[in-house]
Amino acid sequence: MNLTLKVWRQAGPESEGSMQTIEAEGISEDASFLEMLDVVNERIVEEGGDPIHFDHDCREGICGACSLTINGVPHSKQQGITTCQLHMRKFRDGDTIWIEPFRARAFPVMKDLMVDRSSFDRIIAAGGYIDVRTGSAVDANSVPIPKEDADSAFDSAACIGCGACVAACKNASAMLFVGAKASHLNKLPQGQVQKDERVLGMVRQMDAEGFGNCTNQYECEAVCPKEISADVIGKLNRDYVAATVKEAVK
Amino acid sequence: MSNSQSAENGTLDSAIPAGPLPEKWTKFKSKAPLINPANKRKYKVIVVGSGLAGGSAAATLSELGYQVKCFCYQDSPRRAHSIAAQGGINAAKNYQNDGDSVWRLFYDTIKGGDFRSREANVHRLAEVSTNIIDQCVAQGVPFAREYGGLLDNRSFGGAQVSRTFYARGQTGQQLLIGCYQALEKEIAKGGVEMFTRTEMQDVVVVDGHAKGIVVRDLVTGEISSHAADCVILATGGYGNVFFLSTNAMGCNVMAAFQATKRGAYFANPCYTQIHPTCIPVSGDYQSKLTLMSESLRNDGRIWVPKSKEDAAAIREGRKTAADVAEDDRDYYLERKYPSFGNLAPRDIASRSAKEACDDGRGVAKTGLGVFLDFRDAINRLGEDTIRARYGNLFQMYEKITGDDPYSVPMKIYPAVHYTMGGLWVDYNLMSNLKGLHVLGEANFSDHGANRLGASALMQGLADGYFVIPSTLPVYLAKETPGKVTQDSPEFAEAEKAVKDRIDKLMSVKGTKSVDSFHRELGLLVWDKCGMSRTKEGLEEALKRIDEIRKDFWENVRIPGSADGINMELEKAARVADFIDFAEVMCYDALDREESCGGHFREEYQFTEADEEVQSGFTNPGEAKRRDREYCYVAAWENNGPGVAPTLHKEHLEFENVELAVRSYK
Repeated sequence: MNLTLKVWRQAGPESEGSMQTIEAEGISEDASFLEMLDVVNERIVEEGGDPIHFDHDCREGICGACSLTINGVPHSKQQGITTCQLHMRKFRDGDTIWIEPFRARAFPVMKDLMVDRSSFDRIIAAGGYIDVRTGSAVDANSVPIPKEDADSAFDSAACIGCGACVAACKNASAMLFVGAKASHLNKLPQGQVQKDERVLGMVRQMDAEGFGNCTNQYECEAVCPKEISADVIGKLNRDYVAATVKEAVK
Repeated sequence: MSNSQSAENGTLDSAIPAGPLPEKWTKFKSKAPLINPANKRKYKVIVVGSGLAGGSAAATLSELGYQVKCFCYQDSPRRAHSIAAQGGINAAKNYQNDGDSVWRLFYDTIKGGDFRSREANVHRLAEVSTNIIDQCVAQGVPFAREYGGLLDNRSFGGAQVSRTFYARGQTGQQLLIGCYQALEKEIAKGGVEMFTRTEMQDVVVVDGHAKGIVVRDLVTGEISSHAADCVILATGGYGNVFFLSTNAMGCNVMAAFQATKRGAYFANPCYTQIHPTCIPVSGDYQSKLTLMSESLRNDGRIWVPKSKEDAAAIREGRKTAADVAEDDRDYYLERKYPSFGNLAPRDIASRSAKEACDDGRGVAKTGLGVFLDFRDAINRLGEDTIRARYGNLFQMYEKITGDDPYSVPMKIYPAVHYTMGGLWVDYNLMSNLKGLHVLGEANFSDHGANRLGASALMQGLADGYFVIPSTLPVYLAKETPGKVTQDSPEFAEAEKAVKDRIDKLMSVKGTKSVDSFHRELGLLVWDKCGMSRTKEGLEEALKRIDEIRKDFWENVRIPGSADGINMELEKAARVADFIDFAEVMCYDALDREESCGGHFREEYQFTEADEEVQSGFTNPGEAKRRDREYCYVAAWENNGPGVAPTLHKEHLEFENVELAVRSYK
């Protein structure tokens, strides 16, 4: 199939970017979206140009590195997948495809389609963990956890930290990401001890990083490749209120 | 077995503690040197890699008080490829009361590795396996649970007990996120300084000890060096030498291979694991292969048609799987290995698939594919149960291939997945290059010639959480902290060597893309040093590798500049090392004139003439080891590109298990 790509090109963080038109010819419909870009890049390189830069690694939908906004939707309009899991059979011959980075103030563009998502790491460092020193754990079966709770914790823990939720949100809010981590750890008995400081720490860091507020649009849930429910945001809000009250009366 | 040869080389001291096998680790821990907390603060430790091995080591060493610097090429430590492991992690908990024990996990791993791993290391791995599960649960890893709230287990290839802990099909992800969170916690506390988008280019050796590294900042292009009291490499495997593999696109051998240029030996590079259940190749644009978890073999049945005509009809679209009657199907694993059936170990399952396809009975368009069929399991257990067990895997398969595995069987074919070889290490996980420690897939130590399923996660975390914290002081206690600083001339020299190499790459200004070389190399290595190898093929490969190298350094084109983000340059540096590394791999495969585990030399297989076949113990075509001649670890000293490496042998002593012909019949 032959396609016309409109790709965001930006030489560096301080440079001005623009959309560039690139023809992608002879693409197999069995190729993945990123393989299509590989083919295009190989031609660009052979013709002496600068290839399109984008983040990617595992190419099986789990590392969270790939981060393209395709025709205006992070990870494309296909539900429940990452960019690397998108296949060209979902497009038609002759289509024009718009490819942009994940845009958010807290995700500055580094080059072309690559963005800096280190703000997510700093949010985790601000409380997204259970503080347990290696070697100090009790037997794994000493605390039974109801299957329902374990499954629910897993559903939130499925987050891959890609940032699509932020890119889809008109406010560039990271509430789904933060809510997922809080729901994962706060659901488990092991996570109770640090529940309050976890929520306070992560939410404050999120604000400091320049993410916006949640106004309940649910765009985040719609684009999440792991289909994490926006319910985690409600839980986060409740946990946050409880923690601030406790902090105030302490 | 004689010790004369290892004595004659004399350089490889495996430092295995004395005493009975089950007591070695305990005794070691009681006698190992300690460093008091006030002094630990003075030691600087470099950890390269942030996967399960590197991340767990960095976090744990920081908890202990060391000053840790951790490096990864990805934009976040959470993205290391450990994350992609699907199936599970083994531990000898015996929660199922099905007769498991440390000894059985040890024995299964030794046998699974075709008796080419070190007893003491493997026993230690089995011992600490139970601590790993405790640690991960405490961190909040959401393992699968039963209705009573206790942990669930599943069975995996090469074992007859259920000892695999899992978190749906995303076990690696959940373990890595646990590890990453522990790492971020230590970063926040100031114990770990993290360098993301930073790739190690060289090891700095001062007075024979690894005392630092040179790195390239992948964003600015800046080359800089870091000094420390020791260096830990946890940089994963070299599966991408084959171009197509289940590894992430960035996985590479550069850190380990650069270490060999500085004197570290590379052990058993020819032991590569070809995973039996991957989605078959569909076209030449393909950039990687996707694994379908081995856990699928618990319920899926593997088959091809008995007749070539049926297979051809399926390939050409004239028939479907459903058109092949039960009696016309060859469930070849169940037929050949009745007691293990579809759960035969990976090397055996892969080779059997290759045999069936080489026989003209493959079912994918390319001829390279077999069926993995869930029809019977769905009839027996219902679609809902299958969905609960494998839902995400089925969904992944459907997205990639467009086929729905609930209604038509999956097609699978083996693909490169894991590499058992790695830098040589002693019991303390230290390389022959003093101060350089190697963890996880990057070392060679625990899996012999073949790794069992659900053992990679176990080994990575064992090394990082439990082994290195105890063994590192063996080296460090003898070292004065801060003895070497970046002012040593060796750092400036190493930096210059790195810059020169990058300049050389940039100045080629040829016409061919880096990927085109990588693809050519990969096809060659897959063909000649893949699922089966021959002397002639390997000799030819060595010749061709030399040609590819020459072509690469004359014709590679890297656009842009080295002073900033340049993904073509990153790839080029990695491919340059893969080319040189492939050579060592082929020399190793050539030297090892036997078949064992993932290394199958066509010249060495059981035939009808062998007693073991006549007695019905094993089948013709099975791998034939030659224990008298080859029961050694082959550790290769790098002599530079195009020059044969020097072999150093570590003879393997088996005092506790009897070397047996591996039979899964």
